[in-house]
Amino acid sequence: MQVSRRNILAGAAATGALPLSLARAQAANTIRIGVMTDMSGLYRDNTGPTSVAAAREAAAEFGASHGFRVEVIEADHQNRPDVGVNLARQWYDQGMDLILDVPTSSVGLAVSGVAREKNKAYINVGSATADMTGAQCSPNTIHWAYDTYMLARSTGGATVRAGGDTWFFITADYAFGHALERDTANFVRNSGGRILGQVRTPFPGTTDFSSFLLQAQASRAKVIGLANAGADTQNCVKQAAEFGLTRRGIKLASLLLFVNDVHGMGLQAAQGLVCTESFYWDMNDKTRAWTERMLRRVPTNYPNMIHAGCYSGALHFLKTVAAMGVPAAKASGLDLVNRMKAQPSDDDLFGKATIRPDGRRLIPSYLFEVKTPAESTKPWDYYKLLQTTSAEEAFRPINEGGCALVRS
Amino acid sequence: MDEIFGIPTPLLFGQLLLGLINGAFYAMLSLGLAVIFGLLNIINFTHGAQFMMGAFVAWMLLNYLGIGYWWALILSPLLVGLTGVILERTMICQLYKMDHLYGMLLTFGLSLIIEGVFRNEYGSSGMPYRIPADLAGAWDLGFMFMPVYRGWVVVFALFACISTWLVIEKTRLGAYLRAATENAPLVQAFGVNVPRMITLTYGAGVALAALAGVLAAPIYSVNPQMGTNLIIVVFAVVVIGGMGSILGSVLTGFGLGIIEGLTKVFYPEASATVIFIIMVIVLLARPAGLFGRA
Repeated sequence: MQVSRRNILAGAAATGALPLSLARAQAANTIRIGVMTDMSGLYRDNTGPTSVAAAREAAAEFGASHGFRVEVIEADHQNRPDVGVNLARQWYDQGMDLILDVPTSSVGLAVSGVAREKNKAYINVGSATADMTGAQCSPNTIHWAYDTYMLARSTGGATVRAGGDTWFFITADYAFGHALERDTANFVRNSGGRILGQVRTPFPGTTDFSSFLLQAQASRAKVIGLANAGADTQNCVKQAAEFGLTRRGIKLASLLLFVNDVHGMGLQAAQGLVCTESFYWDMNDKTRAWTERMLRRVPTNYPNMIHAGCYSGALHFLKTVAAMGVPAAKASGLDLVNRMKAQPSDDDLFGKATIRPDGRRLIPSYLFEVKTPAESTKPWDYYKLLQTTSAEEAFRPINEGGCALVRS
Repeated sequence: MDEIFGIPTPLLFGQLLLGLINGAFYAMLSLGLAVIFGLLNIINFTHGAQFMMGAFVAWMLLNYLGIGYWWALILSPLLVGLTGVILERTMICQLYKMDHLYGMLLTFGLSLIIEGVFRNEYGSSGMPYRIPADLAGAWDLGFMFMPVYRGWVVVFALFACISTWLVIEKTRLGAYLRAATENAPLVQAFGVNVPRMITLTYGAGVALAALAGVLAAPIYSVNPQMGTNLIIVVFAVVVIGGMGSILGSVLTGFGLGIIEGLTKVFYPEASATVIFIIMVIVLLARPAGLFGRA
């Protein structure tokens, strides 16, 4: 064969094109899950690398026998809505099939808007606001593991029943804090209690809460509702004990507390607090076995309800994609989410759970009390179960959320 | 009950006292910053990370070696100060002849790295550290419940601030330091080892940050981002007081703590912004700060 410049060029083009077409075929056959979370800020332990590990665990358990590859990608949204929205756009435009987790309600809601605009699937696990399936609901979004209504009903309701009928709120001044305060205040009022006042504390950036705690004390409320999270809650609990509030009989209602926060505070400071989660690692043999597998991935941080939710959400998503087929799943995020809503999710951690048309997944919620140091017998042995609210009762009734998907 | 501007008087007194306590932290931190800027001309953005390191070293001493709060109060500043000395000798000393911007970039980058390393190692949800038994409990002042530990913080911070000021303004060593900032070659010509003095000054500034960190450990959540939250406010304090003015930063620290405390009562939403509003006003009226020399 005569070696001409044309032949060489044609040959080069062919060898170049080969990996390209292979890559395209692989991309078409790869399902991508993007875990957008807080890798570097105050919610890192409550979400963060452990959420990523949970999604990876789901992908590993799902296996490669379904005819498509699964790729889990992670990114840090720095708790900033602008960063989250830009990242979501970029991810969806580049073929991301699902965005998972997204803690911090302001970011979580913003990403929900992008998922709808791009017609992609979105499972929010980390954000708390009940507006996710209420006024700001979206057909492309499923809210997976908990929300402010669930926390308010469980922790708030139990506190009022125990005699705490006058409340003062210390509220983180952003979407999440406002939603949690509003939902809890409704419960308190409906149960015959009164709200004596509230302070909105700048978020992030408040480290000293003693001033707010003194205002709460001056209101003579029996209960101080902490509508905040993470280090804010820890600082409040620490400083309330320091200023003798708890000794004077004022009760603290930590409306959102994770097992990781209890670890951070230590049992000495946290004992006796009540809190609500939809998952606890030491509930039964299945949760313990899963936790053991997770600890191999992230040895220092035990999983909470958000991490369990990331695992369960990713697994349900992958099962749905397998049932639909990859091309159909990639064609429309709306169809994919509708299929996910049509069949109940089923896994070792939460059992069978249905998903409502407004995107709310229904699971039981558990009211826990933090153990005393004497009661705790092994590492991370922090909770005792006080009460269970059934899946049907745990969340806001579908017609009360103001979600447009329900009316139509 | 008596009221001032619709706020019950006891509550107002309580807030003033709390403002003073927070001011003590601002003063301690801004003091270290002012010392470093005044004598080295470096804007030490690593200060927040060094404050955090102080608290973490206290936690480590307790949990790994069983060494309690009182020894930590001495050992932690020494250890963190030593890291400061190493930092100054290996990196910062290269930058004295360059623009401020380089020092800022280096120290800011370092603080991100230090925080990242701690976050990677210890997570973000914090470490428990208890108030030492000798300082537990509280006094009932009538208008408020005053924890003994907070009282200790104010007294100790005042002591640290006054002694630093005395060392710099009233001793021979302080005179050398001040002279070296004005004209280093001349001081060196008199046989004073200026580079070593500058290294030790940086170490001392860092030790002050670590000392504030140990003081903060029992009352704030000990976590890798604890310095980031405070340091921005502290920079504003230093700017308002006048860069490099030691007395200025101490007085401004206490003053702004009180103003912030009052804002928490009258309009809590603005309590994180009020200091910056004051900063803007002060910079417009007196660009060198309240106590600074133009």
